[in-house]
Amino acid sequence: MSGGLTFTMLDAAKMSTAEVYGAALCELGAEHRDVVALSADLAKSTKIGTFGEKFPDRFFNVGIAEQNMFGVAAGLAKTGLVPFVSTFAIFTSMRGLDQVHTDICYQNLNVKMIATHAGLSFGQAGSTHHCTEDIAIMRSMANLTVIAPADGASTGRAVRAAYERKGPVYIRINRGFDQIVYDGEASDGAAAGSAAGSDGGPAAGKNFEIGKAIQLKDGTDLTIIACGSCVWRALEAARMLEKTDGLSVRVLDMHTIKPIDKEAIDRAIKETRRVITVEDHNVIGGLGGAVAEVAAETGKSFSFARLGIPDCFSLIGQHEDLLAHYGIDENGIAAAVREMMGKDFEADENWDDEV
Amino acid sequence: MSLAIEEKSRLEKKAHELRLLSLDTVGWAGSGHIGGAMSAMDIMTILYHKYMKIDPSDPAKTGRDRFILSKGHVGVGYAPVLANLGYFDPELLKEYNHTGSPLGMHLDSLKVPGVEASTGSLGHGLSLGLGMALGARVKGESWRVFVLLGDGECDEGSVWEAAMAAAHFKAVNLVTIVDRNRCMIDGPTEEVMALEPFADKWRAFGFEVVEADGHDFDSLSAAVERALAAKDKPVVIIADTVKGAGIDFIENDYKWHYGSFDAEKAAKAKESLARYHERRIGTAKGEAR
Repeated sequence: MSGGLTFTMLDAAKMSTAEVYGAALCELGAEHRDVVALSADLAKSTKIGTFGEKFPDRFFNVGIAEQNMFGVAAGLAKTGLVPFVSTFAIFTSMRGLDQVHTDICYQNLNVKMIATHAGLSFGQAGSTHHCTEDIAIMRSMANLTVIAPADGASTGRAVRAAYERKGPVYIRINRGFDQIVYDGEASDGAAAGSAAGSDGGPAAGKNFEIGKAIQLKDGTDLTIIACGSCVWRALEAARMLEKTDGLSVRVLDMHTIKPIDKEAIDRAIKETRRVITVEDHNVIGGLGGAVAEVAAETGKSFSFARLGIPDCFSLIGQHEDLLAHYGIDENGIAAAVREMMGKDFEADENWDDEV
Repeated sequence: MSLAIEEKSRLEKKAHELRLLSLDTVGWAGSGHIGGAMSAMDIMTILYHKYMKIDPSDPAKTGRDRFILSKGHVGVGYAPVLANLGYFDPELLKEYNHTGSPLGMHLDSLKVPGVEASTGSLGHGLSLGLGMALGARVKGESWRVFVLLGDGECDEGSVWEAAMAAAHFKAVNLVTIVDRNRCMIDGPTEEVMALEPFADKWRAFGFEVVEADGHDFDSLSAAVERALAAKDKPVVIIADTVKGAGIDFIENDYKWHYGSFDAEKAAKAKESLARYHERRIGTAKGEAR
């Protein structure tokens, strides 16, 4: 990956995730004349409007018409331009899905869909604006890359990586601020499998590579695989469990749901034998489903749990409260880890010969 | 403005050749959307053989005009147009719909040279065309986009989303043509879901409407010329057509949206197309019908 984001300028710590996206897109727009952008009357909410202010000739607000927006984006991509398209996740994955499927994915076009207000991050808006199905929907689209960054800094990296990757990319980000996992200018973080950064601490998103999980903390008892807003919570839970319970919990930021990092999953199963996935998404078909598919094919026995929205339409409320309610905040994750550790079925099985 | 007699004869001859090739393609394919192929053939003929700047030897040539068949089910009409121009070997038409063939009911832009967009799900073409037209604007290029819509397809809300946006962005490098054959799968358009007052709808969405006889090259030519001269509002050409045009026993019969011909019917269809051509040539030469 060439070039780096200048987060000294962006100062990700003081910006919402979408603001980092808007700033990152403006940087890309300044560097590359082929970047164009579209929104459907959500230029302000998604922050793609900052690109529009800077490059009005390369920005199209199509009004409240998502189907047309994705079709127009496909047409623009056909001329060699690189359209970034932003609306809410629910309208990207559902309202305009026929166009996303047929116009963009089927034709393998270079369209980058940066979908905001994912998961329960627009909590008070209710289920018409929540989006807990998009990972399941989007990862079933051939040709499409699906990414759920953990915070602002990694969103900036993901946006740049999306530009550099040929073909359609879907990035789901949250409304508002995310807890900071990655310090944009801090020391280089550890890619999965690397020993560096294994004691936690903000691994930088500098090593952000599509399809490569980032190991935020090493561990031998259990692995938590998380994406999006659940990454920070998983890391908090792991640190807490280390102090209070003496548990050694590995944490993986599985920012790319597709193509998924099979190697990191395989290693987690072999080395920790217990895996918990955490996502701000329905437990059906999302990160948990993707990990389960890979895990089941390893042929190894292991203990497994999926944390997420339990196949229901969510309560209304603040994002933080909803995550706590569904047990995907740090306390809920810690409780799930303890429950799995309490099963203690290791005694009944000899795993050593399988490793 | 009328076309010169030589040019008109050339177009008539080409359209006849393409109708026959399309009929053959339906035979090779086993079945196909023959009704809509015949209603659209004169429109595709005049675009590809008079107006569009294209180079079949270089399908991705910079600056070429683009055509999008939004009524994508009419691949059996469109593939013959492209094969006949040399975009690909016409022999491939004989494998239409066969397992592993690049040619299927709805043409795939990644598999078929000359096809600018994969269509089939209705109501997508105008948005795709608008995107291309805006792309030309962003890049400062002067080529044009021609989008052929089916009339039944205009039930789709996305067509009107695109229409609203095309007018809003003053996309005058986008030429929209509707194949108004008045038939859809389940019946006449006005019975299944009324489109009239159709022209008024387009006007209300900010288009200049040009109505044309979709089987008369003088009329189509005048309409396209007007669209190419658009300065402020995009133009839609509503082409009055006949579903199954030229094959007398299927004409205007919505049940022939899709079908197949046995040897006897295929022979009858060919005879009918020959008579249709003779009649049109007579008209083209200025003779009485």
